[in-house]
Amino acid sequence: MSEEILSVENLQKSFGGIRAIDSLNFCIPQGQVKSVIGPNGAGKTTLFNLITGVFLPSQGTIRFSGQILNGLKPYRIARLGISRTFQNLQLFSNMTALENVMVGKHPLTSAGLLSTGLRLTRMRKEEKYIREKALEELSFMGLETKAELEALSLPLGEQKRLEIARALATSPKLLLLDEPAAGLNIRETEKLSQTILKIRDRGVTVLLVEHDMSLVMGISDEILVLNYGRMIAEGRPREVQRNPEVIGAYLGEEAGNA
Amino acid sequence: MKRKDSYALLVMAVLIAIFPWIVAGNEYFISIVVFLGINSIITMGLCLLMGYAGQISLGHAAFYGIGAYSSGILTTHYSFSPVMAFFLGIFFSALVAYLVGKPTLRLKGHYMAVATLGFGEIFFIAFNELTPWTGGPSGLSGIPALRFFGKTLEETAYLYLVWGFVILLLIFSLNMVNSRVGRALRAVHGSELAANAMGVDAARYKVQVFVLSAVYASMAGSLYAHFVTFISPSSFGLMPSIMFLMMVVVGGAGTIWGALLGTAVFTSLPEYLRGLEDYEVLAYGGILMFILLFMPQGILQRMQNLLNQMKQRVEKSP
Repeated sequence: MSEEILSVENLQKSFGGIRAIDSLNFCIPQGQVKSVIGPNGAGKTTLFNLITGVFLPSQGTIRFSGQILNGLKPYRIARLGISRTFQNLQLFSNMTALENVMVGKHPLTSAGLLSTGLRLTRMRKEEKYIREKALEELSFMGLETKAELEALSLPLGEQKRLEIARALATSPKLLLLDEPAAGLNIRETEKLSQTILKIRDRGVTVLLVEHDMSLVMGISDEILVLNYGRMIAEGRPREVQRNPEVIGAYLGEEAGNA
Repeated sequence: MKRKDSYALLVMAVLIAIFPWIVAGNEYFISIVVFLGINSIITMGLCLLMGYAGQISLGHAAFYGIGAYSSGILTTHYSFSPVMAFFLGIFFSALVAYLVGKPTLRLKGHYMAVATLGFGEIFFIAFNELTPWTGGPSGLSGIPALRFFGKTLEETAYLYLVWGFVILLLIFSLNMVNSRVGRALRAVHGSELAANAMGVDAARYKVQVFVLSAVYASMAGSLYAHFVTFISPSSFGLMPSIMFLMMVVVGGAGTIWGALLGTAVFTSLPEYLRGLEDYEVLAYGGILMFILLFMPQGILQRMQNLLNQMKQRVEKSP
């Protein structure tokens, strides 16, 4: 197996008395698509927020390419090469689609307040680079004709693709997708799964949280199943599908025991 | 800076250049436009802070005051040169902004508004009570007028000086807004969560733009002090702070041009309403309510919308 890009050891997160994540151990090998599934409230989005530094873990460690992420600010973690999309879209409402993606180039560029205000040559070169690269990501996601439109004027499916384009603009090594298929129709979901595989082929490791089982089963190398913050199964799609505990969590205890 | 901005800038520069001839050197009109320029410098900074980064300051008049009193005190009591005092004022304002902004801007929500309200009040009290330096409530007089090669700057020359500042700062601001930094600021405004996830150090940018807006206000304060040669605390209290805020919102906080338009409206309005005497405040409030009710996006946006509608109507009609 190839080198692991992210490893989580004994991770725990409590909100008051509730353990949203409980003694979680797993790792993601470089270059794979790994999915996290589980019923609502299983702790999937909490896991994303822990990895990206939005929440501090109560216990345990998260390592990214060997570096411990605990306590790092979200923008630092982003700069290390972890990018994400959001379950409830977080596009910059006051900007065009292109500008949204251009923000994604932020960590890879450096012009500061003074050099942008004085419009130094270095900044103008950088600006050109940002625009070109952002347009590349837009067309990668099939949105090249929407560049100048207000981000929020796009239909939901395109807004979701725009969020992925923005995340890709940061040139991530690990991309976290939080329910990218929610609200999409079958055709759009099919296209999304192709896109995720294309992203993996660019060398980006993908961690996917998703409820759409056809999508998850179709493209995941490995699946991690959470229930009440605990891991109840981990493995290849086929193995997980047959796991009685997983069936129980999804369909109720009776069905699982039967 | 975009092409449209360059044209607007050119028109503005030409208007200011010929303004003394338009009003036939009338000192009253010229001084109003000088005040307009001074206010514009403040509201431009405030617009970057509010309209772009989404942070509200209720204490910006304090930075205006720090600039004005730095220039006033240092030149009258300690015989500093006006240029030296100008830069020291900028330094003090930036320092205060950094010290206030660093802890408060890390928090989300309205802490910033409350904190700036508090520190604005502290400085207002300081301007009133530090009588040996500031002259207290009765003000500080005898601030030297600016001299250039031994000649005192008259109204017209001062107009050009102030608007030179306005135009340079406007170019700086427009460049910044249409760049990596401007996008980062708008991203923080749009979604701080997503901005951070894209590697934007939201807290750092908020502090930077707050310091920048304080520097703008300080420059305006210094220019004000040397123009009127007399300053008193009432120009730097809560009411002026709210006034600056209102100029930005009424014009349209989303663009710097909107803030400038709002400043123009609210600087000239009292002059028009003066004839109403006791009813002035009433008319003022009425106009404000009208604008906020019918043009919530600001005057500039409303005008652009109307213009677009008219264009469409013209295109439709055969």
